[in-house]
Amino acid sequence: MAHIALKNEELPGIVGLLNFRPETARPLLDLAETLLRGPSDLTSGEREIIAASVSYWNQCHFCHTSHAAAACAHLGAGLGFIDEIKAGLPNTPVSNKLRALLHIAHQVQKGGKNVSDADVAAAREAGANDSEIHDAVLIAAAFCMFNRYVDGLGTWAPQPNEAYKEMGERMAFVGYGKS
Amino acid sequence: MAHIPVEAHLPGITGLLEYRKDTAQPIRELTQILLRGPSTLTEGERELIATVVSNGNKCKFCTAAHTAAADLYLGDKETCEMVKTDISSAPVSEKMKALLIIADKVREGGKLVTTAHIEKAKAEGATDLEIHDTVLIAALFCLYNKYVDGLGTALPEEAGYFDVLADRLINHGYMRLPQGYDHLKKTN
Repeated sequence: MAHIALKNEELPGIVGLLNFRPETARPLLDLAETLLRGPSDLTSGEREIIAASVSYWNQCHFCHTSHAAAACAHLGAGLGFIDEIKAGLPNTPVSNKLRALLHIAHQVQKGGKNVSDADVAAAREAGANDSEIHDAVLIAAAFCMFNRYVDGLGTWAPQPNEAYKEMGERMAFVGYGKS
Repeated sequence: MAHIPVEAHLPGITGLLEYRKDTAQPIRELTQILLRGPSTLTEGERELIATVVSNGNKCKFCTAAHTAAADLYLGDKETCEMVKTDISSAPVSEKMKALLIIADKVREGGKLVTTAHIEKAKAEGATDLEIHDTVLIAALFCLYNKYVDGLGTALPEEAGYFDVLADRLINHGYMRLPQGYDHLKKTN
Protein backbone atom coordinates (compact mmCIF):
# COMPACT_ATOMS: atom_id res chain seq x y z
CA MET A 1 0.00 0.00 0.00
CA ALA A 2 1.24 3.48 -0.86
CA HIS A 3 2.29 5.95 1.87
CA ILE A 4 -0.74 8.13 1.07
CA ALA A 5 -4.37 7.17 0.45
CA LEU A 6 -4.67 7.03 -3.34
CA LYS A 7 -8.05 7.39 -5.02
CA ASN A 8 -7.53 3.97 -6.61
CA GLU A 9 -5.11 1.63 -4.83
CA GLU A 10 -5.22 -0.81 -7.74
CA LEU A 11 -3.35 1.53 -10.09
CA PRO A 12 0.38 0.65 -9.91
CA GLY A 13 3.48 2.86 -9.84
CA ILE A 14 3.15 6.37 -11.19
CA VAL A 15 -0.32 5.64 -12.61
CA GLY A 16 -1.92 5.84 -9.16
CA LEU A 17 -0.01 9.06 -8.38
CA LEU A 18 -1.03 10.75 -11.64
CA ASN A 19 -4.64 9.85 -10.81
CA PHE A 20 -4.22 11.25 -7.26
CA ARG A 21 -3.15 14.75 -8.41
CA PRO A 22 -4.26 15.57 -11.98
CA GLU A 23 -2.85 19.14 -11.78
CA THR A 24 0.73 17.90 -11.49
CA ALA A 25 0.05 14.88 -13.71
CA ARG A 26 -0.46 17.08 -16.79
CA PRO A 27 3.04 18.62 -16.95
CA LEU A 28 4.66 15.33 -15.84
CA LEU A 29 3.03 13.54 -18.78
CA ASP A 30 3.83 16.42 -21.16
CA LEU A 31 7.48 16.21 -20.14
CA ALA A 32 7.62 12.43 -20.72
CA GLU A 33 5.86 12.81 -24.08
CA THR A 34 8.21 15.55 -25.31
CA LEU A 35 11.39 13.93 -24.01
CA LEU A 36 10.67 10.38 -25.16
CA ARG A 37 8.44 10.80 -28.21
CA GLY A 38 8.97 14.42 -29.32
CA PRO A 39 11.49 15.70 -31.88
CA SER A 40 15.03 14.50 -31.13
CA ASP A 41 18.12 13.30 -32.96
CA LEU A 42 17.86 10.15 -30.83
CA THR A 43 15.25 7.53 -31.73
CA SER A 44 12.44 6.85 -29.26
CA GLY A 45 13.89 3.37 -28.78
CA GLU A 46 17.27 4.86 -27.77
CA ARG A 47 15.58 7.33 -25.42
CA GLU A 48 13.48 4.60 -23.76
CA ILE A 49 16.66 2.53 -23.26
CA ILE A 50 18.22 5.51 -21.43
CA ALA A 51 15.05 5.97 -19.31
CA ALA A 52 14.87 2.25 -18.49
CA SER A 53 18.59 2.04 -17.64
CA VAL A 54 18.50 5.05 -15.28
CA SER A 55 15.40 3.58 -13.59
CA TYR A 56 17.21 0.26 -13.16
CA TRP A 57 20.23 1.96 -11.58
CA ASN A 58 17.80 3.73 -9.23
CA GLN A 59 16.21 0.33 -8.49
CA CYS A 60 12.75 1.56 -9.49
CA HIS A 61 11.12 -1.65 -10.70
CA PHE A 62 7.95 -0.05 -12.10
CA CYS A 63 9.69 2.66 -14.15
CA HIS A 64 12.45 0.32 -15.27
CA THR A 65 10.21 -2.46 -16.49
CA SER A 66 7.57 -0.23 -18.09
CA HIS A 67 10.11 1.87 -20.02
CA ALA A 68 12.12 -1.22 -20.98
CA ALA A 69 8.85 -2.69 -22.31
CA ALA A 70 8.33 0.54 -24.28
CA ALA A 71 11.85 0.11 -25.73
CA CYS A 72 10.94 -3.47 -26.72
CA ALA A 73 7.86 -2.16 -28.51
CA HIS A 74 9.80 0.53 -30.39
CA LEU A 75 12.54 -1.93 -31.40
CA GLY A 76 10.26 -4.87 -32.17
CA ALA A 77 12.14 -6.92 -29.58
CA GLY A 78 10.76 -9.63 -27.30
CA LEU A 79 10.37 -9.02 -23.57
CA GLY A 80 13.71 -10.80 -23.00
CA PHE A 81 15.25 -7.49 -24.04
CA ILE A 82 14.16 -6.07 -20.64
CA ASP A 83 16.77 -8.27 -18.94
CA GLU A 84 19.31 -7.37 -21.62
CA ILE A 85 18.87 -3.70 -20.65
CA LYS A 86 19.40 -4.63 -16.98
CA ALA A 87 22.69 -6.30 -17.94
CA GLY A 88 23.92 -3.24 -19.89
CA LEU A 89 23.19 -4.60 -23.39
CA PRO A 90 26.11 -7.09 -23.56
CA ASN A 91 24.58 -9.09 -26.44
CA THR A 92 23.11 -6.24 -28.47
CA PRO A 93 24.86 -4.40 -31.29
CA VAL A 94 24.60 -0.84 -29.97
CA SER A 95 26.26 2.25 -31.45
CA ASN A 96 29.26 3.71 -29.66
CA LYS A 97 27.24 6.91 -29.49
CA LEU A 98 24.45 5.30 -27.44
CA ARG A 99 27.00 3.56 -25.20
CA ALA A 100 28.72 6.93 -24.53
CA LEU A 101 25.37 8.63 -23.82
CA LEU A 102 24.37 5.79 -21.47
CA HIS A 103 27.64 6.36 -19.62
CA ILE A 104 26.80 10.07 -19.27
CA ALA A 105 23.29 9.13 -18.08
CA HIS A 106 24.84 6.84 -15.46
CA GLN A 107 27.09 9.66 -14.25
CA VAL A 108 24.03 11.95 -13.95
CA GLN A 109 22.19 9.24 -12.01
CA LYS A 110 25.06 9.10 -9.49
CA GLY A 111 25.33 12.90 -9.34
CA GLY A 112 25.37 15.74 -11.87
CA LYS A 113 28.93 16.76 -11.04
CA ASN A 114 30.17 13.30 -12.05
CA VAL A 115 29.82 14.17 -15.74
CA SER A 116 33.37 15.10 -16.77
CA ASP A 117 34.73 16.96 -19.79
CA ALA A 118 36.23 13.61 -20.84
CA ASP A 119 32.80 11.91 -20.72
CA VAL A 120 31.36 14.62 -22.97
CA ALA A 121 34.39 14.53 -25.30
CA ALA A 122 34.04 10.75 -25.64
CA ALA A 123 30.37 11.13 -26.59
CA ARG A 124 31.26 13.73 -29.23
CA GLU A 125 34.03 11.46 -30.52
CA ALA A 126 31.40 8.73 -30.90
CA GLY A 127 29.22 11.09 -32.96
CA ALA A 128 26.88 12.68 -30.39
CA ASN A 129 25.86 16.29 -31.02
CA ASP A 130 24.91 19.00 -28.49
CA SER A 131 21.19 18.27 -28.53
CA GLU A 132 21.77 14.53 -28.03
CA ILE A 133 24.04 15.23 -25.05
CA HIS A 134 21.41 17.64 -23.70
CA ASP A 135 18.62 15.11 -24.14
CA ALA A 136 20.59 12.26 -22.54
CA VAL A 137 21.30 14.42 -19.46
CA LEU A 138 17.71 15.66 -19.17
CA ILE A 139 16.23 12.17 -19.63
CA ALA A 140 18.54 10.87 -16.89
CA ALA A 141 17.65 13.81 -14.60
CA ALA A 142 13.92 13.45 -15.33
CA PHE A 143 13.96 9.75 -14.47
CA CYS A 144 15.77 10.51 -11.23
CA MET A 145 12.63 12.58 -10.53
CA PHE A 146 10.08 10.01 -11.72
CA ASN A 147 11.84 7.17 -9.84
CA ARG A 148 11.93 9.14 -6.58
CA TYR A 149 8.28 10.12 -6.95
CA VAL A 150 7.21 6.51 -7.50
CA ASP A 151 9.36 4.97 -4.74
CA GLY A 152 9.24 7.90 -2.29
CA LEU A 153 5.48 7.45 -2.00
CA GLY A 154 5.76 3.67 -1.66
CA THR A 155 3.65 2.66 -4.66
CA TRP A 156 3.28 -1.00 -5.63
CA ALA A 157 4.48 -2.57 -8.88
CA PRO A 158 3.63 -5.81 -10.72
CA GLN A 159 6.64 -8.15 -10.72
CA PRO A 160 6.83 -10.17 -13.98
CA ASN A 161 8.00 -8.66 -17.26
CA GLU A 162 4.88 -10.00 -18.98
CA ALA A 163 2.68 -7.69 -16.86
CA TYR A 164 4.23 -4.69 -18.67
CA LYS A 165 3.82 -5.78 -22.29
CA GLU A 166 0.61 -3.90 -23.09
CA MET A 167 1.67 -0.88 -21.06
CA GLY A 168 4.94 -0.67 -23.00
CA GLU A 169 3.11 -0.89 -26.32
CA ARG A 170 0.72 1.88 -25.25
CA MET A 171 3.62 4.10 -24.10
CA ALA A 172 5.45 3.52 -27.38
CA PHE A 173 2.62 3.76 -29.88
CA VAL A 174 -0.12 5.86 -28.23
CA GLY A 175 2.01 8.09 -26.02
CA TYR A 176 2.06 9.64 -22.56
CA GLY A 177 -1.16 11.23 -21.39
CA LYS A 178 -2.88 10.23 -24.64
CA SER A 179 -5.94 8.01 -24.71
CA MET B 1 31.93 26.61 -19.38
CA ALA B 2 28.84 24.52 -19.93
CA HIS B 3 29.10 21.20 -21.83
CA ILE B 4 26.71 22.53 -24.51
CA PRO B 5 26.44 26.05 -25.98
CA VAL B 6 24.11 28.13 -23.82
CA GLU B 7 23.76 31.92 -23.90
CA ALA B 8 26.51 33.62 -21.90
CA HIS B 9 24.14 35.93 -20.03
CA LEU B 10 22.02 33.04 -18.72
CA PRO B 11 23.80 31.07 -15.94
CA GLY B 12 22.66 27.85 -14.24
CA ILE B 13 19.20 26.57 -15.14
CA THR B 14 18.20 29.77 -16.95
CA GLY B 15 20.32 28.98 -20.02
CA LEU B 16 19.10 25.37 -20.18
CA LEU B 17 15.44 26.40 -20.08
CA GLU B 18 16.10 28.65 -23.10
CA TYR B 19 18.22 25.99 -24.87
CA ARG B 20 15.25 23.63 -25.26
CA LYS B 21 11.97 25.45 -24.71
CA ASP B 22 9.62 22.55 -25.46
CA THR B 23 10.97 20.53 -22.53
CA ALA B 24 11.29 23.69 -20.41
CA GLN B 25 7.57 24.42 -20.68
CA PRO B 26 6.27 21.40 -18.67
CA ILE B 27 9.17 21.71 -16.19
CA ARG B 28 8.20 25.36 -15.61
CA GLU B 29 4.48 24.48 -15.30
CA LEU B 30 5.17 21.71 -12.79
CA THR B 31 7.32 24.06 -10.69
CA GLN B 32 4.73 26.84 -10.82
CA ILE B 33 1.96 24.49 -9.63
CA LEU B 34 4.06 22.91 -6.89
CA LEU B 35 5.75 26.05 -5.51
CA ARG B 36 3.18 28.75 -6.23
CA GLY B 37 -0.14 26.97 -6.77
CA PRO B 38 -2.85 26.50 -4.14
CA SER B 39 -1.40 24.62 -1.15
CA THR B 40 -1.71 24.39 2.61
CA LEU B 41 2.09 24.83 2.71
CA THR B 42 3.24 28.44 2.39
CA GLU B 43 5.44 29.55 -0.52
CA GLY B 44 8.26 30.01 2.00
CA GLU B 45 7.87 26.45 3.29
CA ARG B 46 7.89 25.07 -0.25
CA GLU B 47 11.01 27.08 -1.14
CA LEU B 48 12.65 25.61 2.00
CA ILE B 49 12.04 22.10 0.61
CA ALA B 50 13.66 23.14 -2.69
CA THR B 51 16.59 24.64 -0.76
CA VAL B 52 17.19 21.59 1.46
CA VAL B 53 17.23 19.25 -1.54
CA SER B 54 19.48 21.49 -3.68
CA ASN B 55 21.84 21.97 -0.73
CA GLY B 56 21.98 18.22 -0.10
CA ASN B 57 22.82 17.67 -3.77
CA LYS B 58 25.50 20.40 -3.50
CA CYS B 59 24.05 22.27 -6.47
CA LYS B 60 25.37 25.79 -5.90
CA PHE B 61 23.17 27.61 -8.40
CA CYS B 62 19.88 26.06 -7.24
CA THR B 63 20.79 26.36 -3.56
CA ALA B 64 21.63 30.06 -3.87
CA ALA B 65 18.51 30.80 -5.94
CA HIS B 66 16.03 29.06 -3.64
CA THR B 67 17.74 30.25 -0.47
CA ALA B 68 17.29 33.82 -1.74
CA ALA B 69 13.62 33.16 -2.57
CA ALA B 70 12.94 31.46 0.78
CA ASP B 71 14.67 34.28 2.67
CA LEU B 72 12.40 36.86 1.03
CA TYR B 73 9.24 34.88 1.80
CA LEU B 74 10.27 34.11 5.38
CA GLY B 75 11.60 37.60 6.09
CA ASP B 76 14.88 36.39 7.60
CA LYS B 77 18.09 34.64 6.57
CA GLU B 78 18.55 32.50 9.69
CA THR B 79 15.79 29.95 9.01
CA CYS B 80 17.28 28.79 5.72
CA GLU B 81 20.80 28.64 7.09
CA MET B 82 19.67 26.57 10.09
CA VAL B 83 17.55 24.25 7.95
CA LYS B 84 20.60 23.62 5.73
CA THR B 85 22.77 22.89 8.79
CA ASP B 86 20.44 20.84 10.98
CA ILE B 87 16.74 20.37 10.26
CA SER B 88 15.92 19.21 13.79
CA SER B 89 17.09 22.45 15.45
CA ALA B 90 15.75 24.86 12.79
CA PRO B 91 13.03 27.37 13.75
CA VAL B 92 10.23 25.70 11.74
CA SER B 93 7.14 23.76 12.85
CA GLU B 94 7.42 20.09 13.84
CA LYS B 95 5.33 19.28 10.76
CA MET B 96 7.83 21.08 8.51
CA LYS B 97 10.75 19.29 10.17
CA ALA B 98 9.11 15.94 9.42
CA LEU B 99 8.42 16.97 5.80
CA LEU B 100 11.96 18.31 5.30
CA ILE B 101 13.36 15.01 6.56
CA ILE B 102 11.16 13.15 4.05
CA ALA B 103 12.44 15.48 1.30
CA ASP B 104 16.03 14.77 2.27
CA LYS B 105 15.39 11.01 2.17
CA VAL B 106 13.75 11.30 -1.27
CA ARG B 107 16.87 13.15 -2.42
CA GLU B 108 19.10 10.26 -1.31
CA GLY B 109 16.77 7.70 -2.84
CA GLY B 110 13.00 7.14 -2.96
CA LYS B 111 13.16 3.82 -1.14
CA LEU B 112 14.76 5.47 1.91
CA VAL B 113 11.40 7.01 2.88
CA THR B 114 10.04 4.66 5.55
CA THR B 115 6.61 4.19 7.08
CA ALA B 116 8.07 5.72 10.27
CA HIS B 117 8.99 8.95 8.41
CA ILE B 118 5.45 9.14 7.01
CA GLU B 119 3.78 8.32 10.35
CA LYS B 120 5.84 11.03 12.06
CA ALA B 121 4.74 13.63 9.48
CA LYS B 122 1.08 12.58 9.81
CA ALA B 123 1.30 12.68 13.61
CA GLU B 124 2.52 16.29 13.34
CA GLY B 125 -0.51 17.14 11.21
CA ALA B 126 0.75 16.69 7.63
CA THR B 127 -1.98 15.77 5.15
CA ASP B 128 -1.63 13.24 2.33
CA LEU B 129 -1.52 16.08 -0.18
CA GLU B 130 1.26 17.85 1.74
CA ILE B 131 3.26 14.60 1.85
CA HIS B 132 2.62 14.05 -1.86
CA ASP B 133 3.75 17.55 -2.77
CA THR B 134 6.82 17.36 -0.52
CA VAL B 135 7.95 14.14 -2.24
CA LEU B 136 7.28 15.55 -5.71
CA ILE B 137 9.04 18.87 -4.97
CA ALA B 138 12.06 16.92 -3.66
CA ALA B 139 12.03 14.68 -6.75
CA LEU B 140 11.67 17.70 -9.07
CA PHE B 141 14.67 19.41 -7.52
CA CYS B 142 16.72 16.26 -8.05
CA LEU B 143 15.86 16.74 -11.72
CA TYR B 144 16.91 20.41 -11.62
CA ASN B 145 20.14 19.78 -9.69
CA LYS B 146 21.24 16.95 -11.99
CA TYR B 147 20.28 18.93 -15.10
CA VAL B 148 22.19 22.04 -13.97
CA ASP B 149 25.33 20.21 -12.81
CA GLY B 150 25.21 17.39 -15.38
CA LEU B 151 25.58 19.94 -18.18
CA GLY B 152 28.26 21.86 -16.29
CA THR B 153 26.46 25.22 -16.32
CA ALA B 154 28.19 28.35 -15.05
CA LEU B 155 27.52 30.33 -11.89
CA PRO B 156 26.68 34.04 -12.32
CA GLU B 157 29.57 36.49 -12.25
CA GLU B 158 27.69 39.50 -10.88
CA ALA B 159 27.34 39.98 -7.15
CA GLY B 160 23.67 40.51 -6.43
CA TYR B 161 22.52 38.19 -9.25
CA PHE B 162 20.52 35.99 -6.89
CA ASP B 163 18.73 38.95 -5.30
CA VAL B 164 17.47 39.96 -8.74
CA LEU B 165 16.54 36.36 -9.56
CA ALA B 166 14.70 35.88 -6.25
CA ASP B 167 12.72 39.04 -6.90
CA ARG B 168 11.70 37.59 -10.29
CA LEU B 169 10.78 34.20 -8.76
CA ILE B 170 8.54 35.93 -6.24
CA ASN B 171 6.93 38.54 -8.47
CA HIS B 172 6.66 36.56 -11.72
CA GLY B 173 6.96 32.94 -10.59
CA TYR B 174 8.42 30.16 -12.71
CA MET B 175 6.82 30.63 -16.11
CA ARG B 176 8.88 32.08 -18.97
CA LEU B 177 8.79 35.87 -19.20
CA PRO B 178 6.67 36.81 -22.26
CA GLN B 179 9.47 39.04 -23.56
CA GLY B 180 12.20 36.44 -22.99
CA TYR B 181 15.52 37.28 -21.34
CA ASP B 182 17.44 39.43 -23.85
CA HIS B 183 17.05 42.42 -21.51
CA LEU B 184 19.50 40.68 -19.14
CA LYS B 185 22.34 40.95 -21.66
CA LYS B 186 25.07 43.32 -20.60
CA THR B 187 24.76 46.52 -22.58
CA ASN B 188 28.37 47.68 -22.32
